[in-house]
Amino acid sequence: MSAVPQSVAVAEARVTKHAIAPSRGSRPWTFYVLAGLFTFYVIALYGPMICIYILSFQDVRGGLVFPMKGLSLHWFVDLFTQVRTGDVKGAFDRSIKLAIVVTVITVVVSFMSAMAFRRRFPGDNIVFALMIGSLVAPGLVLGIGVGLLFNAIGIETSPYTSALGAQLSWTLPFGVLVMFAVMSRFNPAWEEAARDLGASTWQTIRLVILPVLAPGLVAVALFGFTLSYDEFARTLQTAGPQNTLPLEIWSMTLNVTSPSLYALGTVTTIISFLIIGAALGTIVFIQKRRGAGAS
Amino acid sequence: MAVSRSMTSWLYISPLMLVLVPFFVLPILVVLVASVFETDGFGGLIPTFTLANYGTVLTSGLTYNLYFETVKFTILTWFFTLLLGFFVAYFLVFHVRNPLLAIGLFLICTVPFWTSNIIRMISWIPLLGKEGLINSALLHLGLIREPLEFLLYSGFAVVVAYVHQLTIFMIVPIFNSMARIDKRVVEAAIDAGASRFDIMRLIIVPLSKSGIALGSIFVASIVMGDFFVTKVMSGGGSASVVGAFYEDISVLQYPGAAASAIILTVILLVMVSLILRSVDIRKEITQ
Repeated sequence: MSAVPQSVAVAEARVTKHAIAPSRGSRPWTFYVLAGLFTFYVIALYGPMICIYILSFQDVRGGLVFPMKGLSLHWFVDLFTQVRTGDVKGAFDRSIKLAIVVTVITVVVSFMSAMAFRRRFPGDNIVFALMIGSLVAPGLVLGIGVGLLFNAIGIETSPYTSALGAQLSWTLPFGVLVMFAVMSRFNPAWEEAARDLGASTWQTIRLVILPVLAPGLVAVALFGFTLSYDEFARTLQTAGPQNTLPLEIWSMTLNVTSPSLYALGTVTTIISFLIIGAALGTIVFIQKRRGAGAS
Repeated sequence: MAVSRSMTSWLYISPLMLVLVPFFVLPILVVLVASVFETDGFGGLIPTFTLANYGTVLTSGLTYNLYFETVKFTILTWFFTLLLGFFVAYFLVFHVRNPLLAIGLFLICTVPFWTSNIIRMISWIPLLGKEGLINSALLHLGLIREPLEFLLYSGFAVVVAYVHQLTIFMIVPIFNSMARIDKRVVEAAIDAGASRFDIMRLIIVPLSKSGIALGSIFVASIVMGDFFVTKVMSGGGSASVVGAFYEDISVLQYPGAAASAIILTVILLVMVSLILRSVDIRKEITQ
């Protein structure tokens, strides 16, 4: 390819601008087809979930399908008071606490690992391969492996030992991959500038790298929290005698055939939305403060 | 200098290894060891080396049925998530003109990812059921006389639930790689006389390859390693490799289950390394 025809093409482009997605003017027919597809996707994504949120507000006559029978909070009360639905309150409590621990560790360790992966080092490919392996390994198999391992050593499985480790083997590869994407937008020149101005390694991390990467770290935290809060297969054999929330939901899907199940769906989604809101709010706050500091 | 540099790198990476070794490498090794042991029939393991477990697994017709079902669901899910994910990402990157709107629509696609998977799966029941919304709507419109039975507790429902859960795993990496395509390349191609199909074939698809590869790894490994969706949404009609593994474990048949798990893990690892051989994901993400 020679440079001449290209520059001619660019010159022509200025005259007749008809790109695949023109920045102005009429849209190609594909736009309408794809907009239709996108709308269909979003409806299919949210429609069913909205259905069960609505159905969870039925009264005592309510069933698992439409039409809606009455309007009350009956099934929410039922969810937290009935013996047959299990210890939902305790499950929430355990899951949220475990997710917080997983989140903190995921953020710190993902950040450190991403720092290491910025340079090549002996064995880096092995570490990377192990990470990908841990990500794709079947969760249930890994969970049983952890269970058998603890059994062989003679330690009881419990939330903050075996379940924590099993969940980290899933959240950390995710966190590191997200950190890779975040780091790719980090300009090493900023770090060099800091060092040239006499900053120590720790000062560079604390005053340059961490503030720049802060929004990305919040994203990693969001990943860590939700992946743990929703983790099922790896936790099944490692959580010990008491259920986490997904395990509770699982046993409910097999035993409970009342809108209590939907009520649980509504409650856990509200918690998820609070977490997303908090994460987005934090990111916006960081960006705003940064904008104010820059001006 | 070089030595101290790699020391620093290993210092940074050591916490990750402290998780991966005891909670990924060792458990897989334990399963591997269990797969060559004999069982006493009561959940105990007799430490004698045998390949009989693999023999049993590999000669059983049931195994091939399980793999056939699992691979079928994996391919169907992969196909539909890729189709949807690719075009949704393409629409957002190349057709939505306002970048802020594109990000907003992208976030709308990602929000359900942060909510419970199990709940999202269950949420299809009031829609697809015999008395569900879709059947009653179709009956109402007079399009059908009897409720469609195949909608729920069927292979169809399994694929719907998987596609619903996993399309996001395609959208995010493909969106990410498409967003990095220089729009001027596309404009130059148009000006040089390329058709829209050519642009898709020669520019967009090759430059989105890393996103497609990453998405495929996620989708394929999740579907192949899952048993829950198949169990619930097929109503017990379909089985999966991991589902059978779970059943074996609950009746304490550890060695057989372990052998089957090792075969599955090996298949997964081979598949993933084949995909990774075609694209250097690490390079693609970091640069």
